[in-house]
Amino acid sequence: MSVLVECNNLTKCYVPNMPAVEKLNLTMERGHIIGLLGPNGSGKTTLIKMMNGLLRPTEGQVLINGFEPGPETKKCVSYLPERTYLSAQKTVRDIVDFFADFYEDFRRDRAYAMIDSLQINPAARLKTLSKGTKEKVQLILVMSREADLYILDEPIAGVDPAARDYILRTILNNYNPEGSLLISTHLISDIENILDDVIFIKNGHLVAQTTVERIREENGKSVDAYFREVFAC
Amino acid sequence: MAWELRNDRPIYVQIVERIQMQIISGVYKPGDKLPSVRELAMEAGVNPNTMQKAFGELERKELIVTIRTSGRVVTEDDAMIEKVKKQFAKEQIKTFLQKMNELGFGIEDTIRLLQNVKEEV
Repeated sequence: MSVLVECNNLTKCYVPNMPAVEKLNLTMERGHIIGLLGPNGSGKTTLIKMMNGLLRPTEGQVLINGFEPGPETKKCVSYLPERTYLSAQKTVRDIVDFFADFYEDFRRDRAYAMIDSLQINPAARLKTLSKGTKEKVQLILVMSREADLYILDEPIAGVDPAARDYILRTILNNYNPEGSLLISTHLISDIENILDDVIFIKNGHLVAQTTVERIREENGKSVDAYFREVFAC
Repeated sequence: MAWELRNDRPIYVQIVERIQMQIISGVYKPGDKLPSVRELAMEAGVNPNTMQKAFGELERKELIVTIRTSGRVVTEDDAMIEKVKKQFAKEQIKTFLQKMNELGFGIEDTIRLLQNVKEEV
């Protein structure tokens, strides 16, 4: 297995000497589904934003496919941010066209297949859709690319359980053995069956990087139960 | 999702047990072709790498065989299936005896109780 993502001494301070992420060293392998788990304010979104070039590291670096975040990595990273950036006036169809235009690896047929199964009206304007449906549309767009790395920041929080199952199946179905998927979420029990690896971070530090099966073998409990124990308040 | 999996034990172990059960109970018959890793992973709602690992384990136990042209099939070695079946039965009995023991029944008492129940049914 080759390395897809590499963080070397990665540090981000929004305020001098108050690191949100501090001296983080970790690697992510190709072909894995990885959960990025940590309590509120642990630095998950900061890490993700650095991986996407939305924030510059104060120190250290993050490399994806050997490149620092930039045009090279944006071509091969499909990112679902925590907040939407899509224009509320546009229709679902407009936005699919926009993505197809923008990304070489966008698969329009895949997008419409999902839009259809989730019974979303392609002619609807985004502002008329519910919170959950808007989230579904964004996730569909992100998962319709054939990327090397999918980064999903809190992808299923606002979505109902039935659609959540559909989305997890979609993630598994579109999973490409060469690519990897990084999911940040608090809803661990919903996703732990599809994860290979988990990364636990707290206060900007790496607490553990291990596999789901190892946590279960060594502790006899689910990742969700283990998380509650490690991060007990 | 479709498969009921407990969350305190490794997932691949539970998948191995489930498929093993389906083989010894005849849901999958000797020589039957198994679905692909991806199909079964989708059905179970688990990571394909986990399903792959479970298949590896079943191959190691010689319950399934990979054939280059047609994918994975259930072994046609009946003796092998019989062996796993007996082993499974033994484990069930051991668990049962353990529980009876906790209730205060020794093996002889348990056998006598079994006789009584047998006559009732």
